[in-house]
Amino acid sequence: MSGLQVTIEGIGLWAAQATGLDDLARLLDGIDVAAPAARPPAAMLPANERRRAPESVLLAAEVAGQAVAQSGRDAAELACVFTSSHGDQGITDYLCATLASAPTEVSPTKFHNSVHNAPVGYWTIASGCHAASTALCAHRESFGAGLLEAACLVAAERRPVLLVCSDVATSGPLTEMAGCTLAFGTAMVVAPASGRPSLARLGLQLAPGHPGEVAWPAPLQAWHDGNPAADALRLLVPLARRASAAVAAAGPGLTLHMQLEYPA
Amino acid sequence: MPDRIAPLAVSAFTTTSALGHGLAAHAHALAGEVSGLRPNDISSAPLPCWIGRVDGVEDAPLPADLAGWECRNNRLAWLGLGQDGFLARVEAARTRYGAHRIALMLGTSTASIGATEEGYRRLDADGRLPADLRRPAIHAPHSLSAFVAEALGLQGPCLTVSTACSSSAKVFANAERLIRLGLADAAVVGGVDTLCDSVLFGFNALELVSPEPCRPFDARRRGISIGEAAGFALLERVDAAPGAPQLLGYGEATDAHHMSTPHPEGLGAELALREALARAGLAADQVDYINLHGTASLKNDEVEAALVGRAFGERTRASSTKGLTGHTLGAAGILEAVLTLLALRDGVVPGNAGVQTPDPACGASFAWQTERRELRVALSNSFGFGGNNACLAFARGGATA
Repeated sequence: MSGLQVTIEGIGLWAAQATGLDDLARLLDGIDVAAPAARPPAAMLPANERRRAPESVLLAAEVAGQAVAQSGRDAAELACVFTSSHGDQGITDYLCATLASAPTEVSPTKFHNSVHNAPVGYWTIASGCHAASTALCAHRESFGAGLLEAACLVAAERRPVLLVCSDVATSGPLTEMAGCTLAFGTAMVVAPASGRPSLARLGLQLAPGHPGEVAWPAPLQAWHDGNPAADALRLLVPLARRASAAVAAAGPGLTLHMQLEYPA
Repeated sequence: MPDRIAPLAVSAFTTTSALGHGLAAHAHALAGEVSGLRPNDISSAPLPCWIGRVDGVEDAPLPADLAGWECRNNRLAWLGLGQDGFLARVEAARTRYGAHRIALMLGTSTASIGATEEGYRRLDADGRLPADLRRPAIHAPHSLSAFVAEALGLQGPCLTVSTACSSSAKVFANAERLIRLGLADAAVVGGVDTLCDSVLFGFNALELVSPEPCRPFDARRRGISIGEAAGFALLERVDAAPGAPQLLGYGEATDAHHMSTPHPEGLGAELALREALARAGLAADQVDYINLHGTASLKNDEVEAALVGRAFGERTRASSTKGLTGHTLGAAGILEAVLTLLALRDGVVPGNAGVQTPDPACGASFAWQTERRELRVALSNSFGFGGNNACLAFARGGATA
């Protein structure tokens, strides 16, 4: 099957016990890292937006900001692919509970923040980005489907793309359904090959099949069990270990095979 | 501006909305300006407004082997897939290309959240969703595409686009990239959104819902009427279906202005339009018809009328069809893409239904009544919350061969 080639110019990460890819590498080496703040700082957002933004927006903006800063790119020039398996589950819980008890009292702000593209909407407003932007989901395969879409944009449009994959923890009766017990977010700036500094070159190929089970040290296994966005660890762990291959699910019967090369 | 792309064949398409099930009902309603709007009879508590409700969804359960996906949104998807021989066309494509080589890209705004809402109305004594609704796959926004993938037996790239009211327009772009890059040979695109409390009471809270049937581009318009719809299209390379209508191009752009209000100068909408024309290799004066987003909200129609006025001459005809269907939100992109394809096929410019007094801001392009003329090239606009804009360009079957 045909393949795609992109370079990874920046990576962001926010997990229960790690901030950024360097923390992940230390955890994999058995070194303790400082726990991140309870609330993602999301420094890219203007202060007034940061105060009122729902958790899904803060998490996405935090990891996006890390990745863009590392890439050295202007955020306004990056097409945006934001993926989340469940959207803002706190707002879904609020909406459904309010609709069940007092439907005419739904908050207009919570309603417009409930759209799946709220994080990318706030991000593009904060960064002044007029490029194509999208919000996707694909159950447990949101990371692979989003990476495939981002790589397609890079290859077809020859432009840099910001990929964000994040889910917040669930609250209320939906917890039993969604199984999100913790927050996890990651972001990558992916771009066509160029002379710019990069973290890795990534070759992608699609093939039928399943990527198989993962076996990672604590706490990574708990992240993966507790948040669908943590399926991104299927690429992040090999990147942190400077491994040469990775596999992730791009759909229920479709696997994304990845080859990794690192600059000297 | 982006480079010109090779067109794709739209080798099969169908839609189901308040206007009826399948293409014939829609062509009939377009030609006669027959509205499908009715007084709201679906919300769980009273809300005086008008809706575009699809008849028969309640009487169309899913087949037994798909029963785990039961909910109104997936029922409407299945009802829609069953029209116009679409299932057989997908089956033929699957035989020709293989299940792994057909992408499935669907748009939805709220997917099956109606089932989640119902669960919250019927929480059990322990505060859990009732047992019959404890089905995790329907309580996530990918419910629609995962259901359709299983129903159609497709195993290629599969995702859900959820960018509010531009969702099921943008899927044409996702699919075009996959086919251009050789990652798929064909794609099923489309979208489904169903009426539910979230959207009725949510848009009501934003004071965007009209108490009367919506009147897009009317000087005294009072807001939107919400509808529901399903629509699907099969995209293939042109040589696989040489006489079929074609997707010529698309544009996607972002306002970077406000979560629920369009950019006052229509910046993102105009960028999406210019990109669509560039990918299609068209000049504005080659466009015969534009199906407008035209929601009947004060701001959208003001901004969009100004864009039509500055980008097109009067030979380009323009209208909104939401006075017939209501605003079907995440399904609006595919519903209106199909209505645009019907306009091209039949040589019918749909009249801008619902208007009593045209807004004086609307220029000579606006078709206030149905017109019959040869149409070769047409656009469809779809704009969503978060400043998310999409524009699609289509050609009539045989028009560009």
